[in-house]
Amino acid sequence: MKALLIRDIRLAVRAGGGFGLGLAFFLIVIVMVPFAVGADTGLLSKIAPGVLWIGALLACLLSLDRLLALDFEDGTLDLLATAPLPLEAALSVKALAHWITTGLPLIIAAPVLGVLMNLPTQGYGWLVLSLLLGTPALSVIGTFGAALTVGIKRGGLLLSLLVLPLYVPTLIFGAEAARRGAAGAEVSTPMLLLAGISAATIALMPFASAAVLKVNLR
Amino acid sequence: MSLWEYANPVKFLRLSERVLPTLWVLAISSTVVGLVWGFFFTPDDIRQGSTVKIIYIHVPAALMAINAWFMMLVASLIWLIRRHHVSALAAKAAAPVGVVMTLIALITGAIWGQPMWGTWWVWDPRLTSFLILFLFYLGYIALWEAIEDSDTAADLTAVLCMVGSVFAVLSRYAVNFWNQGLHQGTSIPVATGERSVADVFFVPLLISMVGFGLLFLALTLYRTGTEIRLRRTKALLAREGRS
Amino acid sequence: MTLAVTNLTIARGGLPVLADVSFALEAGQALILRGPNGVGKTTLLRTIAGLQPSLNGTVAGAQDQIAYAAHSDGLKAMLSVSENLTFWAEVFGQSDISNALKAFDLESLSDSLAGTLSAGQKRRLGLARLLVTGRPIWVLDEPTVSLDTASVAMFAAAVEAHLKSGGMALIATHINLGIEQANVLDVTPFIARNDVAMGSSDEAFL
Repeated sequence: MKALLIRDIRLAVRAGGGFGLGLAFFLIVIVMVPFAVGADTGLLSKIAPGVLWIGALLACLLSLDRLLALDFEDGTLDLLATAPLPLEAALSVKALAHWITTGLPLIIAAPVLGVLMNLPTQGYGWLVLSLLLGTPALSVIGTFGAALTVGIKRGGLLLSLLVLPLYVPTLIFGAEAARRGAAGAEVSTPMLLLAGISAATIALMPFASAAVLKVNLR
Repeated sequence: MSLWEYANPVKFLRLSERVLPTLWVLAISSTVVGLVWGFFFTPDDIRQGSTVKIIYIHVPAALMAINAWFMMLVASLIWLIRRHHVSALAAKAAAPVGVVMTLIALITGAIWGQPMWGTWWVWDPRLTSFLILFLFYLGYIALWEAIEDSDTAADLTAVLCMVGSVFAVLSRYAVNFWNQGLHQGTSIPVATGERSVADVFFVPLLISMVGFGLLFLALTLYRTGTEIRLRRTKALLAREGRS
Repeated sequence: MTLAVTNLTIARGGLPVLADVSFALEAGQALILRGPNGVGKTTLLRTIAGLQPSLNGTVAGAQDQIAYAAHSDGLKAMLSVSENLTFWAEVFGQSDISNALKAFDLESLSDSLAGTLSAGQKRRLGLARLLVTGRPIWVLDEPTVSLDTASVAMFAAAVEAHLKSGGMALIATHINLGIEQANVLDVTPFIARNDVAMGSSDEAFL
């Protein structure tokens, strides 16, 4: 399992556009928002937590179709399916690699972009915490979507259509936690629920992902 | 004679051909009776005037939107466990009916609420949940369309339906949390509240619900038959191509 | 240790392609599969490797014993030859890649990125992967594509060494590899007939 993790991270780093692309997209989306809603810092400050969450979510979505499609095309998935490693474990590792190479950079970039969005000072910590707790769920759910659409040519759009509704609970609790934190209110309920969703999806989604991947490898 | 006999596509086709004409008549008549009675022969509501009458469409549609998804879930499970093709195709057939029901529920919900809210849409928890359900339906239908091999499509959409169901329920709670967190007071007085009102409203509503249910059944049965015939044609052509 | 295939019926896209295929492979033996393109050799190999379910019949002795190699080599262009091999070695629980590098004459290329290799070199790398899996049964689908004569000889030598150490090989190929211990199985007689019910998906609708 470790070998797979190291390989995926190495590939993401070397492929150029692995780390950088998601971050650049995050930046661009955030920059677009004031152009769209106006430069009123009061307004931006209010919507900052939510907008940052959406930006991070969309940036995560971007790198999902590369997660499995490349391995599918060059035969790696077939070979992994015959290896001693259970497919559930392999997919969990791939989701972890996705989180490390996409989610983690976004979490680090978020406070910086928070400045652009006039995020209230007390909101920074809560934003980072909510992203830290929530982005793993995004990676794991996204892996399911990727496994579902791996055999489809240009399945990226379909992947988004399938995965975004699944992201709704995570987004609701994550953004709510960030928003409450920025307003100085009590955040424990949404934070805990967010953590619960991440824990449950990390534990359970790999089984669904492996099942559909096996179908696609037939 | 067990119900499983109708897992055989040919037997299923024969049964549905026998049953459909009567079913159509029952479905259309009860729907028409329910709607006409409800719209034209019940008194106006004290508070809401005549707009409340839209519940004769809204409630049955909303009910069927959820029931259709539930039926798809059961059919998907049957396909995954017992590999009955009719089950998989029935789920595929039910989905467009369900998505239309959801759309009707959303539109009538908006029409109902507009006089009260002053706007065509509010992010009421119930309406929002139906909007999310609408998206799940779209994804399900899109996945069926995107995959060529019938068995692969059946398997993938079945798992999607199961996973989607879990997330749909989760979303329901999340949306309740999300909106109540904003302390929004206005929400649609849901029909379940209205049912405690006099029979004069309730009976036509019941007839409408039965009508919509039968409509769903008839439409799904009919569409399943079409799917079976399509699949059969594909199989015949494939066999021709090989010999 | 035996690989026993009994009355195996396989399907591709809902239609049965081969029916009632039976053979047994003992340690040290190789079986060459022959047959026209499209007859179902790839499907048969994939079914035996466990990538697809069969319609009927059994495959015994294959669980966790098979190393599969087909058209796509599973190589990452941005990793070096030794990084690629080390990855697969670790996935299969092995650690030594030097034998593999030597057997396929890749030692001089061991630090080159796989993306810079020629087609023949890539195929040699893909085949070298078999040696790092430590698995006894090699299931190979057209392994000699892109290989020149010298490389084919290298490959045949590797197979023979594998057989001598007790391994088995199941190979679909048009080429005569010149392996002594190899039997040949033509799968054409096993082509599934239209008029016999075999439980494929399409049949439920006919």
